[in-house]
Amino acid sequence: MSAIAVIEYIIIALMVVSAIFAVEWRDLLAAVVGMAAVSLFASILFFMLQAPDVAMTEAAIGAALSGAVFILAIKRTRRFESEEEEKPGWWVRW
Amino acid sequence: MMKRLLAIGLILVIGYWLANGLAGVPFGEDRMLVGQYYLDNVKQQTGAINAVTAVVVNYRGFDTLGEVTVLFIASTGVGALLWRRKKERTAEVEGSVVLTTGTKLLVPFVILFGSYIFIHGHLTPGGGFPGGATIATAFLLLYMAFTAYEIPHKGFEKTEGVAGMSYVLVGLIGLAIGGYFLFDWIWQTWKIGTVGELLSGGFIPVIYMLIGIKVGTELSGIIDNMIKEGVSE
Repeated sequence: MSAIAVIEYIIIALMVVSAIFAVEWRDLLAAVVGMAAVSLFASILFFMLQAPDVAMTEAAIGAALSGAVFILAIKRTRRFESEEEEKPGWWVRW
Repeated sequence: MMKRLLAIGLILVIGYWLANGLAGVPFGEDRMLVGQYYLDNVKQQTGAINAVTAVVVNYRGFDTLGEVTVLFIASTGVGALLWRRKKERTAEVEGSVVLTTGTKLLVPFVILFGSYIFIHGHLTPGGGFPGGATIATAFLLLYMAFTAYEIPHKGFEKTEGVAGMSYVLVGLIGLAIGGYFLFDWIWQTWKIGTVGELLSGGFIPVIYMLIGIKVGTELSGIIDNMIKEGVSE
């Protein structure tokens, strides 16, 4: 296995991990950070697959602007997922 | 727990089904049908080095017009949803001195680089959309660093509309000269410039300048709409 393939596997693994964290975290600001990390790794992956146009667009839109729009939306609503889900009742949590 | 297990099981089934389908497609082999035509003819037919922007603007220009329309509708929708008679910025904490000074230094460079990206769309990677997004990032930086900053609203909206109309106008001139919408009249009939230099690429740089200005003003407008809050009069 070549070095490039190893780096690609690492980036794909990091991308999957950050995607899982982005949906798992209850703190929505942390979830935005996870989403921006997915965008960053997707951008690196596009670059490694020799698509610089797509990589630039992904970096500009996904990392900067959509993250900013999400954070502005969180600022005007709530930062944490609702408290009801933290209560112990199993019928509420799932 | 049941719901989550069911969802994971369903996703695994869908993933297996997709992977099964994709396993039949070899990766990295030369299987181009239309792609080979683009690579062979792109320089001579469009005058651009960057095959991606040539395809996006020239061969498949109608798709780009559709994308610009989608972005315009998104911007209009945000404006309509968050409409208030009186909107003001409610931020109270000014950015730190390092942030404000850094923003003052950085914003011209960011705007310059965004302009570079969309002006050189036919030569280097990029084009109108990343260039416009970079310019919008500069305005986002200004919004974050200064509590009082607001984009000049009327001017921005008019610029956006004029840029969008000019795109359609360039296409309509092509319709008048060449017989179909978005015909590349600058390259096909006049042959301005030599391939590989800035002054080439037919109408790709012209359209990408318009798209860059449109996307930049549009995304700045979305940020402006989202950052301001309605106040009672």
